[in-house]
Amino acid sequence: MTDLLVILVSAIFVNNFVLARFLGICPFLGVSKKVETALGMGMAVTFVMTVATVVTWFVQYFVLIPFGIEYLQTIAFILVIASLVQLVEMVIQKVSPVLYQSLGIFLPLITTNCAVLGLAVLNIQKDYTFLEGVVFSIGAALGFTLALVLFAGLRERLELCAIPQSFRGTAIALVTAGLLSLAFMGFAGLVKG
Amino acid sequence: MLAAILSLGCIGMIAAVALGFAAKKFAVEVDPRELAAMEVLPGANCGACGFPGCAGYAKALVAGTIDVNQCPPGGADVVAKLARILGVEAAAASPEFAVVLCQGDNRKAQLKYNYLGLEDCTAAQRIADGPKVCPGGCLGLGSCQRACPFDAIEMTAAGLAVINREKCTGCRKCVAVCPRQVIRMAPAEATVHVLCNSHDKGAVVRKYCQVGCIACQLCKKAAPDAYKIENMLATVVYEHHSEAAVAIAKCPTRCIRDFAEGYPDGSALLPADADKPHAA
Repeated sequence: MTDLLVILVSAIFVNNFVLARFLGICPFLGVSKKVETALGMGMAVTFVMTVATVVTWFVQYFVLIPFGIEYLQTIAFILVIASLVQLVEMVIQKVSPVLYQSLGIFLPLITTNCAVLGLAVLNIQKDYTFLEGVVFSIGAALGFTLALVLFAGLRERLELCAIPQSFRGTAIALVTAGLLSLAFMGFAGLVKG
Repeated sequence: MLAAILSLGCIGMIAAVALGFAAKKFAVEVDPRELAAMEVLPGANCGACGFPGCAGYAKALVAGTIDVNQCPPGGADVVAKLARILGVEAAAASPEFAVVLCQGDNRKAQLKYNYLGLEDCTAAQRIADGPKVCPGGCLGLGSCQRACPFDAIEMTAAGLAVINREKCTGCRKCVAVCPRQVIRMAPAEATVHVLCNSHDKGAVVRKYCQVGCIACQLCKKAAPDAYKIENMLATVVYEHHSEAAVAIAKCPTRCIRDFAEGYPDGSALLPADADKPHAA
């Protein structure tokens, strides 16, 4: 039980996928202008991450390893992730056209999001059991959403500040992201390894 | 090997079946008129209508928030087809072409400095207001040529942009990108233009350009309704374009041109009716 808690806390805070591992920067910078969009994106990615981890875990241990085709790991995982993202796109378009419009191109970009593939691969690399894998993915997804929403909140406030001309736009966003990442380094040492 | 092909194939098949099923279950109703409109539109996604791509325009058309005649590249027959699809009356907007109101290429206009930077007019304009002494002339670095989705702009060897009237669809992308605002829209029938964009006094213009307008008013004297002189620059009043041709011979700097007779010197483009006899 404590193991699972450690994995969860580690994935959310200590080794945050966006702020510590620097994966998934594309939606991090692209969808974080407003908190609602960031939340919507975070939820879409949570769904993709969790289901992808489950399916890829099965694919790895029941298809790739038994047949000795571990070298196909990347391709097989991407195939699974791509299909899941297509599914999520269809559902979102039907359920919330407004969210679909505001996420725009970043929704299909979840397919190539290194955070999702990174999560799937890390899961295998760390030799997690099925339950540990699921908890890890939930933690990673929550951490991703947390980073996105925090950053969106910061950016919404930055909109109202007087920023020097040469810093406006992406420049100040990147600087803020770096500072946020520095802040999260405060969690280092909370969990060993 | 076989295991690899089979396993990936199976995963793909399962995904395909699942997605096919989901596509049916989560299908979004799309108005068939929207699809029909999309097929009729040119598909260049140039944005002249003000919407994001042809898909955006099709959606707005079906929602009834926009007229059917807002697609300049489509022309009159697209307007007619869209009107039929949507069941509305349509009047085609009169076609317009873009014209570069400048003839001052490197042989005729003076340069302030030798520009060796990024081949972009906006970038050049940032450095001491551009390499040309004339404040309104064409810089000839080709930003408009790159912006044109229809490949209608030619950069002459001497550094002047010339717009091909056969290919121009009036989408206005070049007008938006030009930092000197030297490209203007004119009705398609108007072939006579004053090719100068400088509001400086005549004596000053003469110093830096051989073919600039000096606001001598001789054109206005020859064809009073067809020309207006404002701020030391003559422009053709396009409503009276048919009377403007008489002043071409009177202009001392030869800055008025009739595009039916030919494109500016240095251009490789041939006028549309080069072989046809035209009224002198």
